[in-house]
Amino acid sequence: MPSLPDMTTPDVVALAESAAAAQSHDPHVQDVDLKPAFFDWLCRMGDNTLILGHRISEWCGHGPALEEDIALANTALDLIGHTQMWLGLAAEVQSEGRTADDLAFLRDAMKFRNLQLAELPNGDMAVTLMREFLFDAWHFHMLTALTRSASPRVAEIAAKALKEVSYHLERSSDLVVRLGDGTQESHARMQEALDRLWPYSGEMFVADAVDDAVANAGIAPVLADLQPAWQQTVEEVLAEATLTRPEGRADVHRGGKQGRHTEHLGYILAQMQFLQRAYPGASW
Amino acid sequence: MYAQMVKSEGMKSADEMSPEERAFQERIDRNEKIEPKEWMPEGYRKTLIRQIGQHAHSEIVGQLPEGNWITRAPTLERKAILLAKVQDEAGHGLYLYSAAETLGVSRDELFEKLHSGAMKYSSIFNYPTLTWADMGAVGWLVDGAAIMNQVPLQRTSYGPYSRAMIRICKEESFHQRQGYAIMMKMAEGTPEQKEMAQDALNRFWYPALMMFGPSDKDSVHSAQSMAWKIKMNTNDELRQKFVDETVPQAEYLGLTVPDETLRWNDERGHYDFAEPDWEEFFEVIKGNGPCNRERLEARRTAWDNGQWFRDGLSAYADKSAARRRAATVAAE
Ligand SMILES: [Fe+2]
Ligand SMILES: [Fe+2]
Ligand SMILES: [Fe+2]
Repeated sequence: MPSLPDMTTPDVVALAESAAAAQSHDPHVQDVDLKPAFFDWLCRMGDNTLILGHRISEWCGHGPALEEDIALANTALDLIGHTQMWLGLAAEVQSEGRTADDLAFLRDAMKFRNLQLAELPNGDMAVTLMREFLFDAWHFHMLTALTRSASPRVAEIAAKALKEVSYHLERSSDLVVRLGDGTQESHARMQEALDRLWPYSGEMFVADAVDDAVANAGIAPVLADLQPAWQQTVEEVLAEATLTRPEGRADVHRGGKQGRHTEHLGYILAQMQFLQRAYPGASW
Repeated sequence: MYAQMVKSEGMKSADEMSPEERAFQERIDRNEKIEPKEWMPEGYRKTLIRQIGQHAHSEIVGQLPEGNWITRAPTLERKAILLAKVQDEAGHGLYLYSAAETLGVSRDELFEKLHSGAMKYSSIFNYPTLTWADMGAVGWLVDGAAIMNQVPLQRTSYGPYSRAMIRICKEESFHQRQGYAIMMKMAEGTPEQKEMAQDALNRFWYPALMMFGPSDKDSVHSAQSMAWKIKMNTNDELRQKFVDETVPQAEYLGLTVPDETLRWNDERGHYDFAEPDWEEFFEVIKGNGPCNRERLEARRTAWDNGQWFRDGLSAYADKSAARRRAATVAAE
């Protein structure tokens, strides 16, 4: 049992974080012209990981096998860690005295910038895994490109996150293959999940003025340039999984990036933000 | 303590033991570790399976009351810490099921017994987590009580169990600390936060005391388990130790332990304290706790809904093994 002094040690994590933030100088962070787009884009990165992490964390204690339960919690944990980094930088860029927590817990749905794909309900494990796979494949190629970002701070976050996301993609690809080529039932469920999610996958590659601005500044890649690599990853895995890529359009459902969401996001926020909303200004 | 009222086989005197049994007991008395392939009395094996199984079940059912607050954690950091904690508990389940497997019982068999109600898990996880302060109280008191029991179990006679305990204890002290950190924040926070903290202590105090199992005078299975070094201390010893360590921590928080009879006894060098309501305890064990039905249903549903997933993976494993065999044949 830890002794009392041990338990009253001040929070070293916060100290370490502020020390790390002071480390690398990055002119983009103070660039006034770039600020609105850069802030928005950082929220997109952080909101994707926050909302998907939230969804995946809903599985905790309810997974289909103990190993899977652990892996899902681990993935959610990684994504929440990425959120702290992306939204932390977003708050810095915004420079209005807000924190990553303020952004996560005190914005309403209209201000959330995640892809609609991330907020869809978990469904069964087939939907959860297929959603992870489609997102992981994008996330992996995105972060790989971001490690070469003109913004050192972005490149630094991307490099840290990429290690974990490479593993996420490896794991979700592997499971898509095994379940796609498993039993008749697992195959049918995976195909159904793919058909359902496919129309949400295109949003990842549809650029708007925000994406153009950060691409022009050399901070992020041109989204359309990521598409072929994503397509290749996805097609290879689907082929091995004996699954069929849907014929229909991939970009049917869009708008999350601009703050137009599905009905589901409101419920996520109602749950996630409950304590911060019910007890304004309290510290936890 | 995650193992309560584990039924143990009857105690034998040295004269009643066979030569094998006597040699086995002597090894234990010399603090030698018993390893899976070695001879052991059937009663030792059975008792261990019950105890390790119950402990493993407690870890995974224990994910539920805390998992209940992951999506509502108040900050990103708290969310990450809680996720890591609940993930650890699943990991503890995994180590313990593996330890039980070395005794010849599969994880699926143990799950089956959990789901049918033939095996129990700790009574504590049948209580609900109602406010965020409960995440503090559970870490502080529940993991705290678990540590009380598990630290001595690191020296238990069965090698795989002892090694699992050593790994688990490292993580449990982090769990307790994060719980206490939440309590500190709440206790020094707004009046509402302080109220939640006190309420959490009020609700979890007696259920935490119950974790050590019934009073020694009613604890029928202790002697044999202690001789086998499967159980290292009596229930009352551990409960007293827990109270002695926890009361000053509650005082430090400025919270009141919900026991009017609680007093330091100079003569004994221990706190005097009120026993929990044992009738309530036996009701919870019987299935009549506030959340028994929900907890078990959640575990069964997860298992049933996961059937196709597990079947899919094993079908794929069979297919790829067949493909590998075919490829080897073709290559020859
Ligand atoms: Fe544990
Ligand atoms: Fe535990
Ligand atoms: Fe724990």
